[in-house]
Amino acid sequence: MGVAIEVRDISKQFKLYNERYTSLKERVIHGGKMPYTPFWALQDVNVDINEGETFGILGRNGCGKSTLLKCVAGILKPTSGEIRVRGSLAAMLELGAGFQPELSGRDNIFLNGSLLGLSRAEIEKRFDDIVAFAELEQFIDNQVKFYSSGMYVRLGFAVAVNVEPDVLLVDEVLAVGDAAFQRKCLDHVKRFQREGRTIVVVSHGTDTIRQNCSRAMVMNHGKVITVDEPGEAIRVYLADLLGVGTLEGSESGGIEGNVFHIGTVQAEHGGSGARDHLYPGESLTITAELDALAPVPSAIATIAIHDDKNELVFASDPDDPGCQMDVPVGGGQIRFEFPEVPLLDGTYSVSVGIRSLTETAVFDWKDQVTQFEVANPGRATGRVRLLPAVSFRHRSTGHTGEVPAVGPMVGGISGAPVAENIIS
Amino acid sequence: MSVGAVEPAPPGSSHDGNPPAGLDHHRLGDGEAGGEAVAIGGSTRFVPGTSNRQVTIVNGKVELRQRLKDLWRNRDLLILLIRTELKVKYKNSVLGYLWSMLNPALVLAIYYMVFKIIARNHQPNFAIWLFAGLLVWNLFNNAAMSSTTVVVGKAGIVKKVAFPRELLALSVAGVALVLFAIQVVVLVLAMLIFGVHPAYEYLALLPLGLVALLVFTGAVSIFLSAVNVYLRDTQHLTEVLLMAWFWGTCIVYTYGQIFLSGFSKSHPILKWGQYVYLLNPITPIVMTFQRAIYGKTQYSYTSNHVTTIYHVLPTWGVGTFAALLGVVLVVSLGLFFLSLIVFGRLEGNFAEEL
Repeated sequence: MGVAIEVRDISKQFKLYNERYTSLKERVIHGGKMPYTPFWALQDVNVDINEGETFGILGRNGCGKSTLLKCVAGILKPTSGEIRVRGSLAAMLELGAGFQPELSGRDNIFLNGSLLGLSRAEIEKRFDDIVAFAELEQFIDNQVKFYSSGMYVRLGFAVAVNVEPDVLLVDEVLAVGDAAFQRKCLDHVKRFQREGRTIVVVSHGTDTIRQNCSRAMVMNHGKVITVDEPGEAIRVYLADLLGVGTLEGSESGGIEGNVFHIGTVQAEHGGSGARDHLYPGESLTITAELDALAPVPSAIATIAIHDDKNELVFASDPDDPGCQMDVPVGGGQIRFEFPEVPLLDGTYSVSVGIRSLTETAVFDWKDQVTQFEVANPGRATGRVRLLPAVSFRHRSTGHTGEVPAVGPMVGGISGAPVAENIIS
Repeated sequence: MSVGAVEPAPPGSSHDGNPPAGLDHHRLGDGEAGGEAVAIGGSTRFVPGTSNRQVTIVNGKVELRQRLKDLWRNRDLLILLIRTELKVKYKNSVLGYLWSMLNPALVLAIYYMVFKIIARNHQPNFAIWLFAGLLVWNLFNNAAMSSTTVVVGKAGIVKKVAFPRELLALSVAGVALVLFAIQVVVLVLAMLIFGVHPAYEYLALLPLGLVALLVFTGAVSIFLSAVNVYLRDTQHLTEVLLMAWFWGTCIVYTYGQIFLSGFSKSHPILKWGQYVYLLNPITPIVMTFQRAIYGKTQYSYTSNHVTTIYHVLPTWGVGTFAALLGVVLVVSLGLFFLSLIVFGRLEGNFAEEL
């Protein structure tokens, strides 16, 4: 694979004016010079993004990730350095940017498509797809000012994805519309990936990055902290965001610095000793060794479980009083006990963290430190072990022939409407 | 892409021609900016990494040729922006497009009243004279006035979408051109009604004059639109300057009144003054339109049995007018390129200034 985006020594300086003097009078009064503080939004950023890659950029607010995206898109010009983009590019920084409320949806599709670099003929060719994707067939000739916010955003997304660029830049806009539309958007992104297009996503959502990206970059104060596998990048990001460790440029340290350190994390389950995996419904205990340099009242232990597709299966409720604990100096062992695990087949990874009650400081976070495997001896498939009680009721007599649930059933049960049907 | 240069990918950067498995994308609308479609086994496949795909370079430099190329590539967008602007302009107004005729017609009526009735101007068909000059001036004035606010007003797009932003300034000139065309229709009707014959041999100069006017207007619009982002006084200053500029151009008065009367011919300051006066690029264009449309260079007026001849325009031939327009066009082209460079320098920080 070639390199789709080459970012070489990019720096971007913003001038933070202490006071804005935009009128001539004020400029004359101040002798044409305006007091400002130079602020480097990007400093010597270097990264190669490969063709066909879905690349995530993580970082706190103001770390420069959106500035970088704008530089790649050509909206902002870097102060120094150079970016090379191979192939056509479309940026989704804000959906429906440039919509004219007074104009109809139809006119706005043409306007927006042209802004994104399509020719008139290309838009005409894709027009029906765009309208169908946005689900706005009935309203396409209405003025956009009468659209609901959902319709507005759907139209914006539909135009943007139908540009079919070689390189797509996305700035936290994937979460639009209702659930059905979100799935459609995600399908579209997956199709882009299959087609070998390059996608760059800027997000706060670690789950978005983990599920969709092949690599991710963590930024802080305009500098690249790391470029790595998503799992490792997220670990670095969380550590950075949450103020643990000594990342370059990070403002942590201080009291929360490294009061806590989570040591080994282990999973023990009902079948431990006899087998590596556990059966659905067996118990599971996660233990985490915790070192504490200082006593902390009301620390909160958190746990998250991801499946092998990196989708979040469970994250504990941070407000659950059961997760609160007073930790003395020296530390001890945190135990998360699950009396039964209602999961079916799969390998699940466990992340463990400890945080202060006020949520402002996270003491430590171990991302996917251990895993456990669930093997299902039955024939039920899926992710979750549900135990439906199935019964059969005659239409006329009301006689019930109950079939007790003896174990997990296969799939869902179609509501057997015909009386002759026999459920075994 | 609004910045940087496009160059073909270096041959070393393309990789082996084997498409990755599972890539079966039939690429639609493979435009100038597209990837290469490689025919493999009868089907067209989109093969990333094997193409001479265009490379866009973003850096701090301003490349004039690239900017011009980008403008040309986005001509569809320019037309669309003009149409949008026109649609929005007259949306929700009862008279709609009629305003684009009504507005100059009312202005014309006011000037006509003031000069013909109050100031007792004797010039025959004075309305046509006025209209010929106003036609040119309105195009320039409309574009220059709206250009100051066009980038600031479209901050939403400028901050979020990458496209050649000069198009916003040019769209303003385009809107003015459409209004110009509508006014031409009114003018032709008026000429038919008043029975005014144009100077047919000079009519051929009008397209050249219009092109020169458009290039000059485009240059001024691009410059003003960018400067106003940083210096918001520009819009207020522009209003005043345009007013002065208007009265400094022979539209409501005649060129002859100043430079062709007996008095001015003997006066050395005015004799040299006309060269300074003609430095205003709008003046030769206005005079060309007046010469072609009004058709006469002089008129006579009899009062108390004394007939006086008034010169309104110099008796230059077609060649002289063409030469003047040629100079204006060349200068305007220079200004146009210059304004593109200025725009390019200022554009880099639009997104943060707005």
